[in-house]
Amino acid sequence: MAEEFLLEMEHIRKQFPGVLALDDVHLKVRPGTVHALMGENGAGKSTLMKVLLGIYAPDDGVIRFDGVEHLQMDIHSSLTHGISMIHQELSPILHMTVGENIFLGREPLLNKIGWVDHKKLYQQTQDLFDDLGIDINPMTKMVNLSIANMQMVEIATSISYNSKLIIMDEPTSAITEKEVAHLFHMINTLRDKGVSIIYITHKMDEVFEISDEVTVLRDGQFVGTELASDIDKNKLISMMVGRELTNFFPKEDAEITDVKLEVRNISLEGKYRNVSFFVKKGEILGIAGLMGSGRTEVIESIFGVDPPESGEILIDGEPVEITRPMDAISHGMGLLTEDRKMTGLFLPLSVTDNMVASNIDKYVSAKGLNNKLIDADCERQRVALSVKTPSLDQIILNLSGGNQQKVLIARWLLTEPDILILDEPTRGIDVGAKSEIHKLMTKLAQSGKAIIMVSSEMPEILGMSDRVVVMHEGEKAGELSREDATQERVLQLASGEKITQ
Amino acid sequence: MSTVSTANAVSKSFDFKAFMKRWGILLVLVGMSVLLSFLTISNGVSIFLKFRNIVNILRQSSVIGIIALGVTYIIITGGIDLSSGSLVAMIGCISAILAREIYGLPVIVPVAGALVLGFLAGSINGALHAKFKIPPFIATLGMMVSARGVGFLITNGRPIDNLTLSYQYLGQGSILEFGKNFFIPIPVIIFLGMALISHFLLSQTRFGKYTYAIGGNEQAAYICGVNVDRHKILVYGWAGFLTSIAAVVLTSRVSAGQPSAGLMYELDAIASAVIGGTSLQGGIGTIGGTVVGTLIIAVMNNGLQLLGVSSYWQQILKGVIIVTAVVLDTMKNRGKK
Repeated sequence: MAEEFLLEMEHIRKQFPGVLALDDVHLKVRPGTVHALMGENGAGKSTLMKVLLGIYAPDDGVIRFDGVEHLQMDIHSSLTHGISMIHQELSPILHMTVGENIFLGREPLLNKIGWVDHKKLYQQTQDLFDDLGIDINPMTKMVNLSIANMQMVEIATSISYNSKLIIMDEPTSAITEKEVAHLFHMINTLRDKGVSIIYITHKMDEVFEISDEVTVLRDGQFVGTELASDIDKNKLISMMVGRELTNFFPKEDAEITDVKLEVRNISLEGKYRNVSFFVKKGEILGIAGLMGSGRTEVIESIFGVDPPESGEILIDGEPVEITRPMDAISHGMGLLTEDRKMTGLFLPLSVTDNMVASNIDKYVSAKGLNNKLIDADCERQRVALSVKTPSLDQIILNLSGGNQQKVLIARWLLTEPDILILDEPTRGIDVGAKSEIHKLMTKLAQSGKAIIMVSSEMPEILGMSDRVVVMHEGEKAGELSREDATQERVLQLASGEKITQ
Repeated sequence: MSTVSTANAVSKSFDFKAFMKRWGILLVLVGMSVLLSFLTISNGVSIFLKFRNIVNILRQSSVIGIIALGVTYIIITGGIDLSSGSLVAMIGCISAILAREIYGLPVIVPVAGALVLGFLAGSINGALHAKFKIPPFIATLGMMVSARGVGFLITNGRPIDNLTLSYQYLGQGSILEFGKNFFIPIPVIIFLGMALISHFLLSQTRFGKYTYAIGGNEQAAYICGVNVDRHKILVYGWAGFLTSIAAVVLTSRVSAGQPSAGLMYELDAIASAVIGGTSLQGGIGTIGGTVVGTLIIAVMNNGLQLLGVSSYWQQILKGVIIVTAVVLDTMKNRGKK
């Protein structure tokens, strides 16, 4: 007799330093069903999947898969167990063929020397595709395929490993509507073959279109599992956000005066369209939206990293031309970038060198750099932001994420900007440092600076912003005042719904 | 403004790892020298330690050393320069033509001509890389091949000799001569002088800070308002300038411009920088390290010669030292993560 569940994860707990990522979470998937996994950013979806794949070992709980009980999964054997994952960002070997990609590491061989049996390889690929109804030439190079077709190849690859459970992480985030229909058709084919699918998504419509059951997580906790036919959108949204704002935000009122920065109808092909907003002196403007909604692209554009193709940027009511970061800095702007490591830190350099990087001109004198002034400025910032480091000469690589972030904030404070753009100012740092950074933002606003904050964290958006602009698929979906901004409304706008009054 | 407890006031116990990281490569040079001092004792006198021998080592290393100073800048930005050897030949030949006895031009003409040419050639390398987004390996490979060709073209493949005496003095003269036993060759003065300038430029100026920043994280440097393209062109130009000084020194020392000169010098220069702790990943390196790296190669060559070891072995050992230096460096960094 068949088991009731293919996968049972029970009482899963995972603690990271400073964060309880998963707290008594359950996930039960029936064979031959599509099980949607939902929750906001940071709810614990990806941590749970990493536990399932064996990338993390859970601190507590039990995993039963296909009738076998595991205390933790083994990362190397998840494929042989029959679990595979289609990642959001695909990483095929672009210059090898479809067939070669599918059979990588287990190519059919002609002899012991290792001569690959290409005929068999492509025949097997073709058989696999015929079986799944995929229309792709196995001898095409991966680089020539659309993202949707690469996904199909990945799905076929998991089937070729006889996967019983396929995890799909936001598979529709980068493909067109027509391709989505094809993907759903494929998912239905798999379901008919008895394969189970865990479907991670932010999009409400998809959940009701494709899934049988839904499990919702929130802040690392299990909210519930429901039959998709038993609930509606409103119920689902309230499951996702139904929480009190427990985090304390030290937001105090600041005197909000004139408009400092305004953008009018800026567009950049393929990134965002017709975005307009303004921010006033003393104001914190929050920009919310799902990943890929164009938040980061818009603010990096304003800063000149990848300037807009059309539209206007005005500072103090005057149009300005910003074609590279240098121009933005000379207009009194500062940008804390989203990805500390990729675009912020100089990892091999010292704390001092990292701190003064955008302000070196100030220290140039006829006799070389004024090191005394550099040291004094850095020391002042170190004390003001309480950066924990053994010395200012320390290589920044050796600091914790929170302290690295403070150094980067200090970098922009040294340039004494009027407009400070903060992209995910508290991502990946501990609670203490987070609250210090929030306090600092309040103080900066009170001193008359205009602040734009991009954040994926709902409590941060609601707790810190005077006004919230919500982005959806490259467009401004709406704007909410601090009083009107609720979790439901922000989430509705972010997922492309009209606001229900 | 009151400064509260300074970060630097944290008590520092002796940190062996940090000490070795900073001074380890110098210790290797000192160790090698001490060892060779004893190994080369004959009749109670250490041949290695003779003043004349030490000066010889410095003079022999000066040409590569000067090139390596510029190469260090380039590697710190995360780039590479394969063209220095060929540029030495091309610039040397042009400088030699300007320095020929029959024209009788003042010495400033062939020297200044070389320096301008070196800066331009280097800038072209930099512009190819920065403006056309070609990897520096390819941009400088093109320059390497073409510059060598230019050298042969303008000389018809024959050495240019009969240079003015004042020009020859640059590579062959000495100062501070006290009898036969004490003198300092001009190439050594030029090498050490340029090393000092390079050191201060790299460690004490905005130009140096930007060099490290670009190698440490180019995108972050751009966002910090650094004019990355312009700075790269200047760095490659500066390296070309230093290479042209090396070209003048060499041409003057051998009294001729030769289109086949400087063969493989680029690799020796890169090796000197890398042995001296410059990271090919960019962002890390010092001029002091590069000078020591240059001297390590020179001392090893000299010592093995004095000991009568064949030059083939010198070649093999040089390769081993280069690889060892990088392996040690990689292991040091791996321990940190």
